[in-house]
This record gives sequence, structure tokens and C-alpha cells, in this order.
Amino acid sequence: MELAELLDIAEEWQKAQKPIRICCCTSTACQPTVSLAIKQALEEAVAAEDLEDQVQVCGVGCLGLCGKGPLVKIEPDEIVYEQVSPDQAPSIVAALKGETSAASKLEPEHPFFTRQMKVVLEHSGNIDPERIEDYIRVGGYQALYHALHEMTTDEVVDAMVSSGLRGRGGAGYPTGLKWATVAKSRGERKFVVCNGDEGDPGAFMDRSILESDPHRVLEGMAIAAYTVGADQGFLYIRGEYPLAIKRLQKAIQQGKRMGLLGTQIFETSFNFRVDIRIGAGAFVCGEETALMASIEGGRGTPRPRPPYPAESGLWGYPTLVNNVETFANVASIIRNGPKWFADIGTEGSKGTKVFALTGQIANTGLIEVPMGTPLREIVEDIGGGAPGYGSVKAVQTGGPSGGCIPADLFDTSLDYESLFRIGSIMGSGGMVVMDETTSMIDVADFYVEFCMDESCGKCVPCRVGTQQMHQLLTKIRSGEATRDDLDRLEELCDVVRHTSFCGLGQSAPNPVLSTLRYFRNEYEALLSDHDVV
Amino acid sequence: MTVKTLTIDDKLVSAREQDTILDVARESGIPIPTLCHLDGVKDVGACRLCLVEIASGSPDRPNRLQPACVTKVVEGMVVYTATERLKKYRRMIVELLFSERNHICSVCVANGHCELQDIAITVGMDHVRYEYVSPLCEVDITHGLFGVDQNRCILCTRCVRVCDEIEGAHTWDVAGRGIGARVITDLHQSWGEARSCTSCGKCVLACPTGAIFRQGATVAEMDRDRSRLSVLMTAREKREWIG
Ligand SMILES: Cc1cc2nc3c(=O)[nH]c(=O)nc-3n(C[C@H](O)[C@H](O)[C@H](O)COP(=O)(O)O)c2cc1C
Ligand code: SF4
Ligand code: SF4
Ligand code: FES
Repeated sequence: MELAELLDIAEEWQKAQKPIRICCCTSTACQPTVSLAIKQALEEAVAAEDLEDQVQVCGVGCLGLCGKGPLVKIEPDEIVYEQVSPDQAPSIVAALKGETSAASKLEPEHPFFTRQMKVVLEHSGNIDPERIEDYIRVGGYQALYHALHEMTTDEVVDAMVSSGLRGRGGAGYPTGLKWATVAKSRGERKFVVCNGDEGDPGAFMDRSILESDPHRVLEGMAIAAYTVGADQGFLYIRGEYPLAIKRLQKAIQQGKRMGLLGTQIFETSFNFRVDIRIGAGAFVCGEETALMASIEGGRGTPRPRPPYPAESGLWGYPTLVNNVETFANVASIIRNGPKWFADIGTEGSKGTKVFALTGQIANTGLIEVPMGTPLREIVEDIGGGAPGYGSVKAVQTGGPSGGCIPADLFDTSLDYESLFRIGSIMGSGGMVVMDETTSMIDVADFYVEFCMDESCGKCVPCRVGTQQMHQLLTKIRSGEATRDDLDRLEELCDVVRHTSFCGLGQSAPNPVLSTLRYFRNEYEALLSDHDVV
Repeated sequence: MTVKTLTIDDKLVSAREQDTILDVARESGIPIPTLCHLDGVKDVGACRLCLVEIASGSPDRPNRLQPACVTKVVEGMVVYTATERLKKYRRMIVELLFSERNHICSVCVANGHCELQDIAITVGMDHVRYEYVSPLCEVDITHGLFGVDQNRCILCTRCVRVCDEIEGAHTWDVAGRGIGARVITDLHQSWGEARSCTSCGKCVLACPTGAIFRQGATVAEMDRDRSRLSVLMTAREKREWIG
């Protein structure tokens, strides 16, 4: 494959596009079985109206507003139909000729669409994730060409460093710095690993990226591999994501066939082979050392760091581990330049962040906003507030490692530092909205029980501590606990947080600590020796 | 060999480059409690009893807690092994261990010869304030010579490592997760059916509690001569049999 060929494919596919495109979401959230029936019904309706040379029906990735799915989008008008059923297909097609459609539609001016900024999701919902040509049509693999032919590995590292990109897997470690370390590490071979374990309850950012735009992740991994000197990559995907796995398998095959993966990529000496490893759905396998143990075929438990994977990872070789969304940013940074990226976001948190917005909120789905966006804008404008007449009480970010943010702190800017300051974390991007009927203790206990079930059992504070925390929370919820029990719970949070082996245990108390910080009265009201004044 | 100097509990000590904090502390006569550590096998940092405080060097940043058994010495490092905070954490960790399974010493074969019991005394843990978890645990006496009582197991994985790294049999492993984790023999068969077991007895010597025992031992009788194990391991490390 040469650049000219790549551009030819892009042009050819652009030409093949018809003036009007009807895009049907075929991702997991829109129930692929229903949406495939919708797609077929739309194709039949287009044929019946004799519009085949003007209108094209295509399957695309996630359109974002998952709570209102199945979704269908009309291009170039950008009209989105919600809760579509196959029998509405004729009326949607008729609407193309100016008739009013029976299907409920959302205008492109809807704040859910206008307040977002898409970098990682730029092609989600626009391109067919099962066709490499469609990715090439929108500029795909040009960043890889550019990196291989026009940039030295040092230049790529510099670009990543000055972009300010930080890892999207939770900890927010500077990506450029990590790449630089792996590039410098000495090893007979090196590996690149994409962490697609996504175990947080309520999170589906990575799944959606993989289902909607798999080549974007592969391109990011290939650029990373070139930069650090790796020739083998692994995509670690949880087994609960069959559609993502299927699309990735297809994407890898297509990439190999076109010479964009495999050997002598873009006629250079760079080789990159990618394999998929399927996880069995243990949350702790998202932790990088447990993940590597799992790839090696061992029991998925964390091991001591240092040595960090960058020095000694898979089978003892230097290994770069990054999150799906982190890799999904790479091609954009290379294509548009690090300055473009660094201009988005805040001082310490650059670029955009994808969030999975769920819970008691009118518009649930997948959103992408610049770092630094106030939480209020997401809850009230994009999310549309609580459904019905309810009011929003708090938002939980960061999943089981995160915390609850009360409504009076909704002006907080969404960036790594601000969220940490108020006792939560950015995490990987789960965002659960709770209304005033929610008991914050139930929320805390839900996450503690999750951590208890997901603890690998290696270290004592996490294995037994989370169990005891859950027992105490259950006691508090039943109204039988005393002030002593609450003290004991706080003391346990302290020991589990500071003495656990890995991030799972260390952050397991966060949901309790943050609800104690902002909603302590709810705990106290349930104590049996609570003095009523 | 490069020598590193560091401070442990205000005492200046010198260490070999590859030493862990635990190695130096032991050589310098500074006690640090441990449970999952066993001389001669790989450290895993699982029990968290050996946590020490490493000075951050700045009043704005809190000291870091690190397990001494897996943390390598660094030149100029300032380490505290027995701060009030550490003592409290250690006491609570032992308390959590006691709350996990059945550790009624008075009916245990290892009573008086148990490292868990010793540690409880060392850290001053004299009563358990948490509710007992008491999961259902099996006792397996299908092996002709030895037995395993899961009620007493603290999941230190010393048996797993000694069997894998020293005997080379890898009979033991861990199955399940969280509070449901258990040590198992072979592919979760009974010990008697575990074909890989060579009946060498190293796990019996390695086990810090009464979980793995010699059959026929009754209450408080299981005194084990751990020095037999250490002789073996020192010999291996120093290659005493070779040449
Ligand atoms: C318990 C636990 C679970 C984790 N789960 C994930 C996960 O599902 N996906 C992920 O990308 N990172 C996860 N991480 C973070 C990874 O260890 C690692 O930091 C990350 O993959 C690095 O990628 P990044 O620098 O691109 O963020 C988890 C960490 C812990 C402690
Ligand atoms: S903190 Fe929990 S998950 Fe992590 S090593 Fe310890 S027991 Fe396992
Ligand atoms: S059986 Fe004994 S040596 Fe093995 S893990 Fe349990 S307590 Fe440790
Ligand atoms: S002895 Fe160091 S963690 Fe157990």
C-alpha cells in the first residue's frame, strides 16, 4: 500500500456515496437485531419509492443518544429519528420527499448534539464500522502513513508529549511520557497492549468506540508500536462484548489484507501483528499487571510494581499499556497536530472526554465534551435534567473507584484535578445521575459490594476489608447500627484505602468516603442511637 | 556490587543494591512483622503486614506506604517501620484475618506454634471487633500423610510458592476470588487424587498456621521444624550442592 493508493480508495468511496444517507445505528445499545430489521425495512422502502440512485441506507456505529434507540440519522440534514421501529421505515423514506414522518424526530439543534465536541467519536455514527474503505474515506490510516514516512519515532513522542494527552483508563498518566519510557526501555522485543476490559458498572465508552470505529483504535496502536519499537500488539477485550470482538476481528483481517497491518506496512520495514485476547469479565483484569498475567495465560491477579510494564511487562519484555480511548485519540493528534489538541480543554487536562451518561436523566447515552466542561452543562443541557418532575441530587463519576458529587457542586469543571479535589475521580468516564429518591447509602453499598465481589482475594485488606465494609453498610441500612459501627466503617475505609495492594482495594472506599463527606446526615439518620433533636 | 545507604527508624544502615527494605531491616536487627514472606521463595506482597512508611521528603506530600518485602532499597531513602499509624494498620489487618475464617486456637493443631498467633501477640491484637465471616470451608484428609483445613488458611500462598519454586511440582494453586478464594491441589481435585504431589512435605513446613498439617497430630502438637526448610533453601540459593 502506498499513499496514492490510500487516497484513491478514499476518493472512490467518497464518490460512491449517494447524496442522501440513511444511517442506522447497529451498536449493542440499539439492539442490533432490531436495527438490522429497521435497516432492511428502510432499504425496501427506498426501493419501493424508486430512490435507490439518490438514497443509500447504511449501518453505522453509535449515534450517542442510546436511551432513545433504536436511532436512525438522515444525512446531510442531520435529523435523528428516535425509537424507530421497522414499520416506520416507509414514512421515514416518504419524509425525504417533504412529507411529515410518523416517526418521532430530534432536530440537529437539540442541545444534546450542539453542546458536544467530537474528537474520539468524530466518525461514530457516520461510517460503517465493518468496512475499512469507509474509514479510509474519512482520512483513516493517513496519520499512520505520516508517522511512518515523515516522522522519526522521537518526533512522534514529542508530539504526544506536547499534546498533553493523559491516559483515559482512569489514572490519567501522561501518555507521551509513557511512550517515551517504553521507547527507551531495552528489550529484544516489545509489546503494545490495548486495555479494553472496561469493567466499571454503567460504563460503555470503550465498547462503543470499538463497535463504532475499530480501525481508529488499530491505527492508534500501530502508531504507538512504531514509536516504541514493538512488533506485536494485543487487544484485551472482555468476553461480554461479542460485537466489539467481531468487528475488531473483521477490522484486523481487512487491515492485513490491505497491508495496513502485518508486515512491511506502507512499504516500510515496520511490521505489526495484532491479536485479540478475550477476558472472562473480572474487573481486576483491567489493572495492567493483572491484565498481562491474564494475557500470559495465568491467574488474573496484580503483581508488585515496580517493575512497571514499561520496563518489564508481557513475558518480561517492555510493554506499553494504554486504554481504548487513549489510542483512539492518537491518529487525530498526529493528523491535526499536537497544538490543535492542546488547545482543547484546560491547563492540566487536554482534549475531550467521552462519558457514558446513565441513571435518572432524560437523555442517556454516550457523549463527548471538552475537558473542563462544567458538570452542570452535562446534566442540565446535554442530559436534559431528571426525567419528569424529579430533580437531580447527585452524580457519580469514576465508577467503583469514584465518588458522588452533590448538586451544589455541579459548577465543578470536569478535569482530573478538580474532580479529585472534590473527592471523586474522572475514572474511565462512567457518569450515573441520581435523583432525590436515591439513598446515597444504597449507592455506596452497591459499589462496595461490587468491589467485594470483584476483589481478587490476594491481599487481606481488600479481600476481608470490603466484606466487612459491606456487612457494616448492610447493618446501617437496616437501621440496627450504632455510632460505633459508623466509626468502625470509617476506620475500615482508612485501612483498606491505604494498605490494599492494587487500585481496586485502594479506591474501593471512595464511594463511602464521598457520600460520608456530602451526605453524612443520611448515614446518621439511620443510626439506632441517633439523637433526634 | 554497589552499596546503598539509607535510614531506617533513624538508624543509618547500608545495604546491597538488590536488597529489599526487609532484607536490610532484618540484617540490622529491626523487626518488621511478615506473614506471606518466606525466605527462599519469591515475594508477593500480599499480606500487607510488612508495610513501612517511606518519607516523601516534603511536608506537602504524605509519606508513602510500601511493603518492605518487595520494595528495593534506594540511596538516601528514609524509612519508618513502627509509626503509630503502621501499628494501627497492622493490628487491623490481623483483626481482619481473624474475622475471616475460623481461628479458634484452643482446638488447633498448631496452637502455640502458629505464626498468625505470634503476629497477633506482636501487634497487640487481642480481640476482634468485626463480625465473623465464617464461610463454608472444607477439610481435606484424603492424602495419606497430610491434610488441609481451609478454615485456618490465610491465603498467604506460601504453600503454592514453595511447591512450585522449590519442589517444582506446582500441586498447589489458588481458585476463586475475593472471600471465596481457596488454595487447591491440582485441578481442584482432592489432595489424595492430586497426581503431581510428591508427598515431600514442604508445604507442611511452609504453612504459617494449622491449615496444612501432618495427619495424626492433635491439638497444639504440630511443632514444625522450619529450619529444615531454610537449610534446603539456603543451600539452593548458595548452590551448596554444586561443585
Ligand atoms: C481495578 C482496576 C481496574 C482497571 N480497569 C481498567 C479498565 O477497564 N480499562 C482501562 O483502560 N484501564 C483500567 N485500569 C487502569 C489500568 O491499570 C492502566 O492504568 C491503564 O490501562 C493505562 O492506560 P492509560 O494510560 O491509557 O489510561 C484499571 C485499574 C485498576 C486498578
Ligand atoms: S486490592 Fe483487592 S483486587 Fe487488588 S490485589 Fe488486593 S485483593 Fe486483589
Ligand atoms: S494453606 Fe497455609 S501456606 Fe497455604 S495459603 Fe493457606 S495459610 Fe498459606
Ligand atoms: S510479608 Fe510483605 S506483604 Fe506479606
